[in-house]
Amino acid sequence: MARRLGDETLRLGTSGVEWAADRAFRLSAAVVLSAFAVLAAIGMLSATSGAAGLPVAGVIEAVFAQLPVLGVESSLSARQESILFQIRLPRLVLGMLVGGSLGMAGAAYQGVFRNALADPYLLGVSAGAGFGAVLAIGFGLDLGWGPFGAVPAAAFIGALLAVSASAAIARSSGSAPATLLLGGVAMAALFAAAQTYALQQLSETRAREVLSWLFGQLNTSGWGQVWILGPYVLVCGLFLMTHRRHLDVLRVGDDEARSLGLNPSRVRFGIIAASSLLTAAAVSVSGLIAFVGLVVPHIVRILVGHSYRVIVPLSALTGAAFLAFVDVGARTVVAPSELPIGVITSFVGAPFFVFVLWRGNATTT
Amino acid sequence: MTASTRLRAPTVALSCRGLKVAFRGREVLCGVDLELGAGEWLGLIGPNGAGKSTLLRSIAGLVAYDGTVALTDGRVPSARDLSLVPQTPLWPSGMTVAEYVLLGRTAHLSWLASESRSDRQVVASVLRRLSLEDFAERLVTNLSGGEAQRVVLARALAQQTRIILLDEPTSALDLGHQSAVLELVDELRRSDGLTVIAAMHDLSTAARFADRLVLINEGRLVADGEPDSVLDAGLLSSVYATQLTVRRLDSEIVVLPAPRTHRKHLDDQTGDRRTNDNSHDGNRQEST
Ligand SMILES: Nc1ncnc2c1ncn2[C@@H]1O[C@H](COP(=O)(O)OP(=O)(O)OP(=O)(O)O)[C@@H](O)[C@H]1O
Ligand SMILES: [Mg+2]
Repeated sequence: MARRLGDETLRLGTSGVEWAADRAFRLSAAVVLSAFAVLAAIGMLSATSGAAGLPVAGVIEAVFAQLPVLGVESSLSARQESILFQIRLPRLVLGMLVGGSLGMAGAAYQGVFRNALADPYLLGVSAGAGFGAVLAIGFGLDLGWGPFGAVPAAAFIGALLAVSASAAIARSSGSAPATLLLGGVAMAALFAAAQTYALQQLSETRAREVLSWLFGQLNTSGWGQVWILGPYVLVCGLFLMTHRRHLDVLRVGDDEARSLGLNPSRVRFGIIAASSLLTAAAVSVSGLIAFVGLVVPHIVRILVGHSYRVIVPLSALTGAAFLAFVDVGARTVVAPSELPIGVITSFVGAPFFVFVLWRGNATTT
Repeated sequence: MTASTRLRAPTVALSCRGLKVAFRGREVLCGVDLELGAGEWLGLIGPNGAGKSTLLRSIAGLVAYDGTVALTDGRVPSARDLSLVPQTPLWPSGMTVAEYVLLGRTAHLSWLASESRSDRQVVASVLRRLSLEDFAERLVTNLSGGEAQRVVLARALAQQTRIILLDEPTSALDLGHQSAVLELVDELRRSDGLTVIAAMHDLSTAARFADRLVLINEGRLVADGEPDSVLDAGLLSSVYATQLTVRRLDSEIVVLPAPRTHRKHLDDQTGDRRTNDNSHDGNRQEST
């Protein structure tokens, strides 16, 4: 609201309608730049904090030294370099990719379901993906090459099953925003039970491994998982970016959207598939990390308004920054031990969820 | 040009054949045949629940129907041929008027779905044309009923279609804006060859702007012709189940309720049939 008032006073003296028409649905460069600045600052915080202290200048030099054309010399020792490039940065990048995926998927789900409570976790998508991944990992289906493995595929199938079931439950029992969530809760419970059953069939050590992954963690050595997730982020991210305008059209309801020339069911199907694939890929590398998809688009909405044209990309950037920041906490708060990152996001997300309910803006998508 | 010459418009813009719509087994349109001449203004009149909105919505392809709806070349109309001003639009929160009107460009965008300069210019000129300059940056949820109606009309005009369907476009407008908006549509019709179907409750206004009136009742076409012939006191009184009188003032036709004492008597006879459900009218807020 304050933003709009500010804009109105700004507008005085400019050529009104053209200016307004030109600004409609635009993502301002200043906002994008500040989001990138925050992301970079958090990246730096993450790269320099931990048991082995790395100097800020050293990190910057080491990163730029990777680009030979710049002719920068790294001042870090070999040990520091290997900490930076084999431990800190892969984990940072993975955290950003996972956070960005979940934030973007959350924003997209909120748009297609026209429900501000939609979130990969609350819709049961994560649980579905988790179940698929548990089956694949637990039963040794680690086959596949790079991103095209059995684990993301199984996770994707589980994710699609869960989201279709939640949506079907919601459709068959009225259009109140809560029914979608109740459908999601039912699906999450079902898939969690199936997961537990599957875990019981595994040997104890295998089960413990799978369980610790399931809690949600960014446990990496090297760049392997970044290469698994990266292509999905690229493809699904591009798809959602080119379809985000449709989410604004859907806000006037399916009927009007159709009269404006959109095919709501087709658009919805495509966006749900892309978001679910993104969620599934994130889940298969990092387990279940809750609430990012809920918290992030909400914060973005409060900061920059309601247009999905703006919300989708900014949720990706903010999600990346958010998860990278939370991961710094996960690594350092109980050092030398580590908290599963999913535990922290739930600690933050659950009260936030209550706050959203309490503010009563669950439906103002 | 008189109404009668326009009535015999040489080209057919749109035709409906045997249009039937049923909701859960209940027939709401029972076989409507309608031909719309290019550049014609067709006024759709009839009591609440007659099926006016349903007819417009099925022409726009928003409800499933039996029968055919086709353009001159036999195509089913798309969002680039035909725009609809809905009776009860859904207002998204936090969307500005300019953004809302820009949604009208949806059917004109490439697959990358971003608006070009010219799309934005269309929006600016439509806003200007409807005197909405000062509202461009306002949120659509903060408009008065009449302002909101002009904004939906603006979105439909931004679609730049040959045919525009208006469902009660002026029900919330004051007399000044009512004339202004309808005059504007009429002017666009003359200048750009727009073809108009407008469902309206105010029969006198409908008669003033339409070349041709179609009266529907309980899903059937009851009368179709020049306003002069359709606005017959006997016919209207039976369809609307209340005593109406039709006066002719100069070239205008005015439909009025009968004086109160007389009407009271008739109310007692037909009270039951007059309790029409009006609950699906009025502005809705986005709720889901
Ligand atoms: N989606 C729907 N489901 C069930 N019945 C419907 C639906 N839409 C309309 N109807 C019914 O169809 C009938 C015709 O409705 P319609 O909206 O076309 O009337 P109308 O002539 O536009 O009335 P009004 O003047 O009140 O706007 C009404 O009895 C209405 O209750
Ligand atoms: Mg109606």
